[in-house]
Amino acid sequence: MAHGEPWVWLMSGSLAVAVTMIVGLLLFITIRGSLHFWPRPLYEIALSNGETWLGEVTSLETRANNLQNDTDFDDRRLVHVANFEVTGTHYKWIDENDITSTQQPRFATVVERLESGRFHGFPVRVLKNGVAVSNGPEKAWAKYKEIAPTIRQQFRDANHIDRHKRGELQQRLRSARLALFDTRLRYGTEKNSFVDAARAREKQISKEVAELSSRLDRKLASLRTANQAWDFEFETAEGQSVILPVEEIVQAWQPNNLGFWGTLRVYGARWWEFLSDDPREANSAGGVFPAICGTVSMTLIMALLVAPFGVLAALYLREYAADGPLTATVRIAINNLAGVPSIVYGAFGIGFFCYGVGGLIDEFFFRASLLADNQPTYGTGGLLWASLTLALLTLPVVIVATEEALVAVPNSMREGSYACGASKWQTIRRIVLPRALPGIMTGLILAMARAAGEVAPLMLVGVKKVALDLPFDTSFPFIHPEREFMHLAYLIYDVGFQSPNSQAAKPMVFTITLLLVVLIAALNITAIYIRSHLKRRYAPQHF
Amino acid sequence: MPVQKENVSTAISSDGGSGVSSDRLQAVARGDNIPAEVHKSVFETTPVLKINAFNLWYGTKQVIHNISMPIPRNQITALVGPSGCGKSTLLRSVNRMNDLIQNVHIAGDMQLNGDSIYDSRMDVIDLRKRMGMVFQKPNPFPMSIFENVVYALRIDGEKNRSVLEEVCEISLRGAALWDEVKDCLNDSALKLSGGQQQRLCIARAVAAEPEVLLLDEPCSALDPIATGKIEDLIQELRGQYSVLMVTHNMQQASRTSDYTAFLYLGRLIEYGPTSDIFTNPVLRETESYVTGRFG
Repeated sequence: MAHGEPWVWLMSGSLAVAVTMIVGLLLFITIRGSLHFWPRPLYEIALSNGETWLGEVTSLETRANNLQNDTDFDDRRLVHVANFEVTGTHYKWIDENDITSTQQPRFATVVERLESGRFHGFPVRVLKNGVAVSNGPEKAWAKYKEIAPTIRQQFRDANHIDRHKRGELQQRLRSARLALFDTRLRYGTEKNSFVDAARAREKQISKEVAELSSRLDRKLASLRTANQAWDFEFETAEGQSVILPVEEIVQAWQPNNLGFWGTLRVYGARWWEFLSDDPREANSAGGVFPAICGTVSMTLIMALLVAPFGVLAALYLREYAADGPLTATVRIAINNLAGVPSIVYGAFGIGFFCYGVGGLIDEFFFRASLLADNQPTYGTGGLLWASLTLALLTLPVVIVATEEALVAVPNSMREGSYACGASKWQTIRRIVLPRALPGIMTGLILAMARAAGEVAPLMLVGVKKVALDLPFDTSFPFIHPEREFMHLAYLIYDVGFQSPNSQAAKPMVFTITLLLVVLIAALNITAIYIRSHLKRRYAPQHF
Repeated sequence: MPVQKENVSTAISSDGGSGVSSDRLQAVARGDNIPAEVHKSVFETTPVLKINAFNLWYGTKQVIHNISMPIPRNQITALVGPSGCGKSTLLRSVNRMNDLIQNVHIAGDMQLNGDSIYDSRMDVIDLRKRMGMVFQKPNPFPMSIFENVVYALRIDGEKNRSVLEEVCEISLRGAALWDEVKDCLNDSALKLSGGQQQRLCIARAVAAEPEVLLLDEPCSALDPIATGKIEDLIQELRGQYSVLMVTHNMQQASRTSDYTAFLYLGRLIEYGPTSDIFTNPVLRETESYVTGRFG
């Protein structure tokens, strides 16, 4: 006992438990999250009642049929059967006892569509304007492979025109209209030169917009007609013929006919879709690109806001404020702020930032929009308010870390600087801050990690289930801090609990979680790299 | 300070009747006012710094009692005395480093080349620029060797590269460090050895051409070889700079300094040329201290 060995065992045991939990969590998320996109074989399952199903086996389970009799167990499997419009379901439990035969047909095809989930079937023919151009599963599949990239690209172009270019025109028209309204508000409704000028401008812009918009419409129409010419006819496992417009096919693959490299290619393509595309079907399919953009931009803006405030506050508290009851109280208050539940910050954010500050901004700068369209600009949740709320939430972390870093700067260095005739500010700027920078960076890393994973306050101050307009784009002024945005952590909650198709959404939850963990890790690794770089420059070495 | 009082009395009583007079030290420990024994030759020098009836309190505790002494120009003056006797405090009062500590107040004055240091019109920052200080532990700044040396010029806003480079070379040569670091001026100063760091601090202190150089036990954190180098360097500074140094090491004081002042419990006991203090002191107390019989 005197040597304390039991304690050593206890301590190492605690550490082992902690490490196991962390590694286990990461492994679980990594495995579940990364396997979601791995193409799995399609089984054609014939049942004793004559039905045939084509699908992926999702899980197996054993179920007691009768609680009184503990030998009466049945195995059953959950099959992702898809074809919602035909079968009326996405998933189906199939009893092992009912299965008469199982096989993996070579041409069985998985089709990911824009709507109504996946389709499982066998290719029959590809049609152009209703005329078959290639018959038979092999030829039809080859033809599809040949035309798919062009059609996909044209679809994206059309989407871009429809959403972004048209949106920009609408925005121009709207701002001209609001400018006219604003001029009227200011100079009265009677005829005067300001109003006339604004009206003339509005007229001219609407003429221009109409012209540009009809040009866009023509282009859009030509893209759409080119795409809509193509159809792909499939046959379900039960032999029913289904015609899918090629334009609506996001991706398709034949899992039983892929080989290793083909499987890998599909895996990569599905990851790429996930990372680069917009979400579809209530977020349960498609990509999460807007959420990645939202999370990253919010975290970075938050870091930019919190770093100067936190560092300056800590500097005053540690270097200038005289020690006394007031300083001690402020310090305790700051430490306590770190423990306030985050939803409280959300409530403060919506009350103060959105309705208070944002309301005032709208009142003074966006009055026309408020009165004419009854639409708030800054007076509602948005990227800026969310970043500010989280900056407030993480401020104590940064202040405490910065204070600790400042305390750790040896006094001998300050004295050396003063002895050289440096003023207090010169000493702080040239000696203390550079030396404390690695510690300040640590605080900032913690703050960023916390902000990137926060959900509760964000729900109140600007995160939305779907917000496809990114907070930054190519239209003036390029950054739109008033826009609502998507966030990965909130998306996890949304997909996990609010999805109408919960079976399909479940693996997405793990994938998004994995992505969020990777994203936070990437942000942290960047910050840690910068910190170690600074440390190399400023940290003392042994002599 | 009862502990020290006891120490003193035991040290003296153990010495028995071998002739060490304990009256003066006991009187000091009691708090009596004993006039300092200052050799006449000290007053024959031209002083760079004059300390006039200087007193200092930490809160209510007085740590410097009415010290008056001139510091000769272009000579090396050593302050010696047992721990807690106020040597460092006196040194730090010269460039008003004690201003940084709360609860310090003073009475009396000091004069640097005729300018009152504690005058209310004196700008502390200007004052400190006229002096250089080196501390017990080497405290190079977390920046390159070059930037360390020219720090005082940098904060004055000097941007001319050639001026900075010239000052850097002169100062590093003056601190006997140039040959060792001339090829790595842009490396971090923290990579140097302890002795090199301390010489760098001396170079930093002399870069602004100070009127007085204050050394606060500059060798106490160094090994014997580095100490030897620093002592050689201090020897070289003689005649060029007025140096006021605090040391714990009697050999160092006798080897390097021209004048030595013996302080005890915040009072100046004896002050005179080093040779006199070490070989022929007026007071027996001084003799017993410098020969290591107590302290």
